[in-house]
Amino acid sequence: MKLELKGITKRFGSLVANDSIDLVVESGEIHSLLGENGAGKSTLMNVLYGLYQADEGQILLDDKVVKFAGPGDAMAAGIGMVHQHFMLIPVFTVAENVALGHEPTKGFGALDIEAARKQVLEISDRFGFKIDPDALIEDLPVGVQQRVEIVKSLALNAKVLVLDEPTAVLTPQETDELMGIMKDLAKSGTSIVFITHKLREVKAVADRITVIRQGKVVGQAKPSASTSELASLMVGREVGLTVEKNAPELGEEILRVENLSVLDDRDQRAVQDVSFSVRAGEILAIAGVQGNGQTELAEAILGLRNPHGEKGEIFISGKSVKNSSVRSRLESGIGYVPEDRKKDGLVAEFSIAENFMLNGSFSGPFTKGSNINFAARTKLAKQLIEQFDVRTPSAQTPAGKLSGGNQQKVVLARELSREVNLLVVSQPTRGVDVGSIEFIHERLVEERNQGKAVVLISTELDEVTALADRIAVMYRGQIVGIVHGKTDRATLGQMMAGVAA
Amino acid sequence: MNPGAKREPIDWNGAFKEIISGGVVRTIFSVLLGFLVGALFMIASNKDFLSSITFFFADPLASFRAAGNVVAEGYGALFKGALYNADAQNFNSAIRPLTESLRLAGPLIAAGLGIALGFRVGLFNIGGTGQMVSGMIWATFVATRMDLPVVLHFLVAIAAAIIGASLLGALVGYLKAKTGANEVITTIMLNYVMVNLFSFLLLNENLLQGATAAGNSKSDPAAETARLPLLLGEGFSLHLGFILALLAVGIYWWLMERSAVGFRLRAVGFNPSAAKTAGIKVERTYVLALALSAAFIGLAGANQALASTGGVSPSSHSGIGFDAITVALLGGSSAPGVLLAGLLFGAFKAGGASIQAAGISPDVLGIVQGAIVLFIAAPPLIRAIFRLPPPPSTTVLQSLRSRLTNKRGNK
Repeated sequence: MKLELKGITKRFGSLVANDSIDLVVESGEIHSLLGENGAGKSTLMNVLYGLYQADEGQILLDDKVVKFAGPGDAMAAGIGMVHQHFMLIPVFTVAENVALGHEPTKGFGALDIEAARKQVLEISDRFGFKIDPDALIEDLPVGVQQRVEIVKSLALNAKVLVLDEPTAVLTPQETDELMGIMKDLAKSGTSIVFITHKLREVKAVADRITVIRQGKVVGQAKPSASTSELASLMVGREVGLTVEKNAPELGEEILRVENLSVLDDRDQRAVQDVSFSVRAGEILAIAGVQGNGQTELAEAILGLRNPHGEKGEIFISGKSVKNSSVRSRLESGIGYVPEDRKKDGLVAEFSIAENFMLNGSFSGPFTKGSNINFAARTKLAKQLIEQFDVRTPSAQTPAGKLSGGNQQKVVLARELSREVNLLVVSQPTRGVDVGSIEFIHERLVEERNQGKAVVLISTELDEVTALADRIAVMYRGQIVGIVHGKTDRATLGQMMAGVAA
Repeated sequence: MNPGAKREPIDWNGAFKEIISGGVVRTIFSVLLGFLVGALFMIASNKDFLSSITFFFADPLASFRAAGNVVAEGYGALFKGALYNADAQNFNSAIRPLTESLRLAGPLIAAGLGIALGFRVGLFNIGGTGQMVSGMIWATFVATRMDLPVVLHFLVAIAAAIIGASLLGALVGYLKAKTGANEVITTIMLNYVMVNLFSFLLLNENLLQGATAAGNSKSDPAAETARLPLLLGEGFSLHLGFILALLAVGIYWWLMERSAVGFRLRAVGFNPSAAKTAGIKVERTYVLALALSAAFIGLAGANQALASTGGVSPSSHSGIGFDAITVALLGGSSAPGVLLAGLLFGAFKAGGASIQAAGISPDVLGIVQGAIVLFIAAPPLIRAIFRLPPPPSTTVLQSLRSRLTNKRGNK
């Protein structure tokens, strides 16, 4: 089915999220929608899916104007959407999930699960999905769950399939498999809108690329266009995707982790018997697909989680901090950038200045006796905003009002401005615009060059390979191996799937 | 400043929306609507109006006249009883209603600050009654069973009330921190425990029962030395309690807006996970917050125990512990807000008698109070029901200022 968006404009108050966007997706085409976070991709797709009503513009399916009052209308018209966060019920089987919402029934309204199973098998066979209709969703790997989402859409006869950041949760191998599936689907006539900000994937799979920036279409490109060309379209200027750095000048050992095991929130062992050390002046990246224990490891280093069992030890500059509080660890020189900055890194309602003070309220420049030192705080806040290029009207602006990249700069500014010798940085550029990514990367390398030990926890391979001196790959709570920072992607990808180097 | 930067036009529309969604204007509208609801009840329960309604179509003006009369009379009586009595013989009696309002506002303000402090830390302290009573027990003990010199006596009694109440608050915090017990449940239950404990203590002459109680649960009057001194001489009952409440407003403001401890309290209130990550002990903060919250409420307890000349009974808390929740909500949990809300509700209390004297049920004032809070609480309620987005959380001043002095935002 041919999809055409004509002059779609969507405003939220004074913010123009989509500014008369035109987009044509031909039948059987994989069309990549490329743009930074906040460029307006998701808004556009939500308009298409009937979740938002466009203020101006038209949606055409096979040259006929359609209007969607809600997702129900869009689905009926043949539009399917696979969200970044899956909309599956974990305790239901695949067939039950696929049937959900349009359950086939027998007499007296009894559920005809056999029909649903058949439908799953039929679609699964057609595209080689290899899905067991009777498997429980919670037992399936993430990549397969995603395929179930695709089957869900196909079961509703979707002719246009929107995939919103589908690779964010996948291993490199799963990503490759997904790309194969996308190509097969396109061959069978399904049009695919592929939303992403990962250039490598776009180049690998797209037939056509539309780049969106600040709510406007800024250009169309062929997948043959160079990576830097696409990146510069996205941010409006040339960006260096690699960071200049010299060989590390190693100092003494700052962090040593020995036989550490940590439990997650469900009391499952998330980190198992992990040991490593980081020396001053190097960046150790902890790579791995999300959910393999990296989060829990970082939290254990800061003291937010206790080591499980007697064996585990954490030393900072040679001293055991196993029994220290979070506060004393922070004060002993750990800088910590949490993975989820909105939840753990910032108080959204607090001003930027107040957020700079968040872990400095006990003593130090922000305090004067038991009072807050407002004068010093204002001055420091201005300095840090300047120094870290936080784009904000003022230091009094609530942190929650800033864009993701600027929020991250606030967190980073706070942690880097303290006297620290160890930086634990989790997903520093998640949801951050390309311009800020570059800035953040440079700052991290600068800290390393100044002789700090940096632990970088990231699921982005590009980031890991660009920054790391050494790479530790985690899989199912264990470190599969620690390899040199120049290790190639294929090897890393295999390690991320659990194969030791 | 970048001279080439395009200056954005001021977004009056957005600014207006922010005013509307902001606290102050909504509060004022809520108060006005509350009075309107009260007026409707006055009209609906008025005999003249009800009889005139039967011949409404013959003489509609009579109905309107009756309605107008009763509302004017009711709120006139409220004004007379709570602010200024123009019909009085002399200035002293004319101004007395105002001093009464202030006297009654004192404990409402103090306890309101306590509840407000809890709100700011994300805690719902329903235990105002229990904590007040806890304070009253200690204050009564000091005031009736100890012999101390003047000034020192009431100071010790006040300190005892504050400490007694905050110990109870700390217990609630401890239970929450250690076991995860919800403070709403524990404080409600402790209300019963404390009120009945007070009854028990007041029924035993070896404990707190007064010599003249004659089997009732009542204490001796507070010793002369322990009584809160009158501020305007014998002619008025306004006493030091009001000044203490004003002092408490100042302390609360300093604590929440200026101090490092208050910063941590607010951080925990907004985002406990971020506070924890920043090295703040969240559980310990809850204990501290509930102890501080109860300390302010304890001051209200001292006010009740040390101001009365006739001894206290288990009901001497006068429901202030619950009214304080309303005061804190109405005041938006800010120091000046709680002060104003406490004054308003003090005036309602003072005006009740004269409204009754005018032949209107003083319960109307309860309806007004309830309606005000309902209107204040309704916008979030309505947003929740209709899943509307929340209003911007900044104030209009910030928004205007940032737009006028936009230095870095539009590079």
